[in-house]
Formats: sequence, C-alpha cells, structure tokens
Amino acid sequence: MPEQESYVVATAERVFADLADPQSVIQLRNDSWRAPAWAALLETGLPLAWVPEVLGGPDVPLDEGFAILRASGRVALALPLAEAMLGAWMLAQAGITPPPEAASIVPSGPHDQILVGRDGRLAGKATCVAIATEIERLAVLVASNEGPHVALVRTTDCRINGRPNLAGELRASIDFDGVFPLAYAKAPAGLNHAAVLRMGAAVRAQQIAGALERMLEISVRYATERIAFGKPIGQFQAVQHNLAKLGGEVAASVAAAVSAADAILHEGLASDASILEISAAKIRCGQAAEVGAAIAHQVHGAIGFTDEHVLHRFSLRALSWRDDFGNEVFWSTELGSMVARVGARGLWPLLASR
Amino acid sequence: MLELRFDPVRLPPRCNELRHEVREFLAAEVAAGTFDPRDPESGSSTAKEFSKRVGARGWIGMTWPKQYGGQERSFLERYVVTEEMRVANAPTRHFFVADRQSGPTLIRYASEAIKRKILPAIVRGEICFCIGMSEPNSGSDLFAASTKATRVDHGWRINGTKIWTSNAHNSDYMIGLFRTSASTRENRRHGLTSFLVNMKAPGVSCNPIGQMSGQKEFNEVVFDDVIIPDDHTIGEIDGAWKQATSELAYERSGPERFLETYGALSELVDAVGTQPPATVVAGIGRLVAELHTLRRMSVSVAGMLEAGREPVVEAAIVKDVGTVWEQGLPHRARDLAALVAHETGPNVTFDEKLAFYLKIAPKVTIQGGTTEILRGIIARGLGLR
Repeated sequence: MPEQESYVVATAERVFADLADPQSVIQLRNDSWRAPAWAALLETGLPLAWVPEVLGGPDVPLDEGFAILRASGRVALALPLAEAMLGAWMLAQAGITPPPEAASIVPSGPHDQILVGRDGRLAGKATCVAIATEIERLAVLVASNEGPHVALVRTTDCRINGRPNLAGELRASIDFDGVFPLAYAKAPAGLNHAAVLRMGAAVRAQQIAGALERMLEISVRYATERIAFGKPIGQFQAVQHNLAKLGGEVAASVAAAVSAADAILHEGLASDASILEISAAKIRCGQAAEVGAAIAHQVHGAIGFTDEHVLHRFSLRALSWRDDFGNEVFWSTELGSMVARVGARGLWPLLASR
Repeated sequence: MLELRFDPVRLPPRCNELRHEVREFLAAEVAAGTFDPRDPESGSSTAKEFSKRVGARGWIGMTWPKQYGGQERSFLERYVVTEEMRVANAPTRHFFVADRQSGPTLIRYASEAIKRKILPAIVRGEICFCIGMSEPNSGSDLFAASTKATRVDHGWRINGTKIWTSNAHNSDYMIGLFRTSASTRENRRHGLTSFLVNMKAPGVSCNPIGQMSGQKEFNEVVFDDVIIPDDHTIGEIDGAWKQATSELAYERSGPERFLETYGALSELVDAVGTQPPATVVAGIGRLVAELHTLRRMSVSVAGMLEAGREPVVEAAIVKDVGTVWEQGLPHRARDLAALVAHETGPNVTFDEKLAFYLKIAPKVTIQGGTTEILRGIIARGLGLR
C-alpha cells in the first residue's frame, strides 16, 4: 500500500485541508465553501480517479483511490467525492466516458432493482442513494434480458425524494419510471448488483476507518489538554483505557479496510476471497464506528456534543456510512451464508487463504 | 501521535506449500492417534514424542540462525506453522514456549556456550521450557519480584518461589526473573536479572496447582538453595527490564492470541448445519468478520516483525482485541446454538465441547499480559503516559 508515499493522496489531503477543513466549515455556518472546494477537486481530477486515460481519467490505481477516500474520511469530507469516484468508475467499466457533471452510483441498497423496457426507458426504484448539489447525473446498474447494463441518467429526469441522514447529508429514494438514459452500455462480465454493492461497501469502510483515525487523534489531544480534578483527564486510568480501546477499534477498522481494498486490487470483486474481505470490512468498520463514536464522545464530554465542535462531523458520518451499500446485518448474512455453505471444514481454509 | 498503520501484508506463495505440508503432517498424526483435533485436551501423553517429530520436520526454531540449528526462514512461515497447529489443537506444549519466547531470548542475550548447547536441542524438539515470572506477590507488577539470586563462588544461589508457572512440571529449563539487587529510588525496575535454570537441578521442586477448567498446567516452583552457574545469566545483571520489551511483540501478536477458543466457532458451524436460521447465519457472519479482521491485523504485525520493526503497541492491540474476542466467542456460540436443535444425533457433543471453551475463557485476558496492562501500553503509545 503506497499511500504515504503517494503523490495523488498527498494532493488530495492538501486540497481537503485547504478548502474543506471541518472546523472552518463549522465556523462559516453556510455552504459558501462548497463551490470553491468542489471546483478545486474537479481541477485535480480526483472525482475521475478510477477512470482510465482512454476515457479521460488519470487512471489512479484502485488501492490509491481507496487511500484517497480514507483521507477524505480523515477530514469528514462533506462533498460527494466518493460518490463521484464510484459513479465514474462504473461508467468507465462499461466503456462510457464519464461526463463533466458528477454522477452518483445506483444501486447502493441491497434490494434495489432497476429494469429497462423495450422502448429503452427505465423502470424501478432505488433507495439510499447519496445525492448532493454537485451531483447532476446518476450511473445506474440496470437489469435486462441481455444481462446487466450501465445507464447514465440526468438527475432532473428522475423523481427524487431526498432525506437527510444522521450527518445531514442527503440519501434519496429515486423513481426511474420512464426515464430515458443519456448513455447505455453493456456491463462487463462480473459487474452486477452484488459487485456494485461490494465496491460501495469497500469505499464506505475506508471512509469510516479514516473518520475513526481522526476521532482517535482529536480525542487523545483533548484528553491531554482538558484539566479536571487538577490534572489532564488523559492521566486518569479509566480515560486511558477507554482511549486504548478506541485505539483497538481504529486499528481493526484500518486493517479491515486496507485489506479489503488490497483484495479488490488483486482478486477483483467476485472471488470468495473478496466476498470475505469486503463483508468483513463493512461489518467490522460498522462495529468500530459504533464503539469508537461512543468512546470519542465520552472522552469529550459535553463540548463534543455541541454543534460548534468538529467531533460530530466525524462521528455522525461514520455512523451513517454504516447504512450505505448494506449494513452490518446484511453483510453478516452474506458472509454467514458463505460459511454455512463451506461448513466447519471449509471455514479455516477460507480464513487462511487470506 | 502514533499512527496505527496495519498494511495488508499477504503471506508469500512459499507459505502455501508449507501450509499443505503442515496439514498433511497433522492429518497423519491424527490418523496415528497422536491427538484428536476436536479435543484440545488430547495429546498430553504424546506431546513429548510429537515435539521430536515436529523438530525433525524443521518446524521448531525455524527463524533462528543456522549456526544454532535454525533455518533462517521468515516469521511469516513460522506464522503459518503456528496457526495450523493451533487451529488443529495439536499438542504443541512441549516446544511452543521455547520456540516462541525462550529461544529468541537466548539467541539475543545468552552466552555463546549456552546457545550452542541449548538451541540445537530445542530445534530437535527435545527440551521443554517454562517462564518464571509471576510470584505470590508479583503478577502484573513484574518489578515486585523478590525471589533472590545471591552471589556465591562461580555462580548464584536462588531462594524463593515462582507461581502460575505453566508446564513447569514437564520442563527441562526455565528462564526466570530473579532479584540480584534492591531496586533504587530512581528506578524501581532496577535489580532484576534473567537466569537460565535447569529444572532438574537440586533444590528445584514443582507443586502442581489445579485449574478451574480441569487443566493441570499451573505449578508453584520452589527454589531452595538452588545453585546456578555463572554463565547461566541471560543478559545484563540487574538490567533485565531493558530486555523485556522486544520479545513481547512476538509473544503478544501471534495467532494463539485469538484462536484459543476457535473450536467453539467450528463446533457451532458444524452443529447448525448447512441451512441455519437467519439469526444464526448473521451471528456466524459477524463472528467470522471479526476473526478475519483479527487475523489480518496479526499477519500485518508479523510483517512488521519480519521487516525488523518493534511493533510493541500494535502487538498489544492485537492481544487486547484478540483475547477479548476469543473470550466472548464461546458465550456467543452458546447463544446462537440455542436456536438450533442440537441435543440429539451426532451433535450431542456440542455442549460438552462448548463447556471446555466456556471454562477456559476467563484466563485468556489474563495470561501473558492482562487487558489492563495491555491498555496501559497502548495508552503510552498514544502519548497519554
């Protein structure tokens, strides 16, 4: 994993720090930071990171792209970079040149199904789709008699009902009935509903891991600065042990997320190995978000519960990312079914294969 | 602040061949009746001979220098051997402590003569080691040790008692921590020295201590005017505290730190069959996700060790998260099994198997560094101490 040495990741981190710093965003109390920050991201080409050069992208390796998204989690980035990267990735997979407008990816829910009629118009509903003002297109995986296809759709052509998630970011139910795609192409072998969910889950795992990394950092810093009972609270053993436990959750989420990214890089999205790695990452990162957010808030006390403090930008995002692309129970069921299939004798060889 | 980086280290391809060799070897041992992979208590009478056969395969001390009988193979290869033996419930008790801890300590700190004498015998699987750390009044607080080593002509005289010493009654040697001077006001860790003790030496006696799990591993080891030759000191006199930390990363990050109750999971998967109810499926999926993540963390630390780093904090994290997990595992398996009828037929043994794991669960967060000690180490790594 070349993330620390990666020029692309360093560039992304610089843009995030300069234009989307969470403390500055809170102090502004409006959305005026969004347009310049998004423009700067477009300028760097990051939203097209996973698009090959022939289709106009920088062809960033998969693992570096995942590292960018973990870095975006470390600043609780409130821009749809992950969505744009995923949407462009799926379009490019089907050979469609991603448009200049950012496209979010559909499906992001386990039960969504979009169909295509004989007239070429779409039908069906998707849930839990991440949308934002910067998102003007949707990259939609469509089921048809000729196998899965990828469609590019204009958001204004769809009926969209967006609701804020825990972090105040929009998740939408989208009605595709009668929508005619701007572009439509056959999906390559292996790109299906399950593969899209896995890719999305691996992305959310990275974002959660990144958010947890920063939650640990700010919690440790606060514990060394905040004085109570005559000394920094980080000197109390109860607080130290809570933070050590948070360290364990951060370590687990980082390990699971980078391992899943590495598995996708080397094994693709369809192997048993990747199913194990990706489901484990989404489950374990989801658990870490729950435990980690609770500890980070406990350490911060009341100040961390205020709207002015940055902590909630991390904790609420990490918690809400659990719900996208299948939650812990969804992935536990996927993984548990695989384990039931291979049985007790197959379980250890499966684990040891990674 | 410390960055918790766990790179996705993969076991190199040569580990696959080795893994198959180990599996074939273990299958043959099972077939020959050496141990029962579904009974972690089996193999106590065969452990000694088993150890020699493992040694003959070159799987003890495999990372050690060739001049002492080792093969200079990688930690990742050792990792494969360790985890395959652990999961199979192979009776490794005769060589495991020497392979993991005592041997590496000797390589680093013992005299050349001792290394040449002892290490090749460990590699052959012939000698068994135990660790003499805890005392009646010194457990987690290692530096409270009071068992005394007093200077005599050409050596040291030892008096006192070690306790909770696993496998002492079967051991040929102990690496023990003894007080050679009083601690100082400036440094309470000063004054302890590591010694190699021949367990057959006059004045050493072992008194077995039964365990609540029915196991008989614990001992009280009494030293009554035991004489230790001069060249049996391991490292700096009065300065043992300086040598303690680097070995701990090996001791704490291995697969044995989250696989001790693995049998509860495999028995559960076996008991619930191929079509378990949804709750059971999801419960098993969650357990496997957690186990997979632990293993990936542990392999990552093995990669750090292979790269020559000293991942003390990362190793403490693996042991903390790993032992808390393996402690909970049998209880969660019990919960899930309740949803499936498993009292009759071939699954009648599930409850018996589970009982063993439920009974050993309390110890896993105590042995080899308690949860509290580990969290202190992690907190220090985070900059809080």
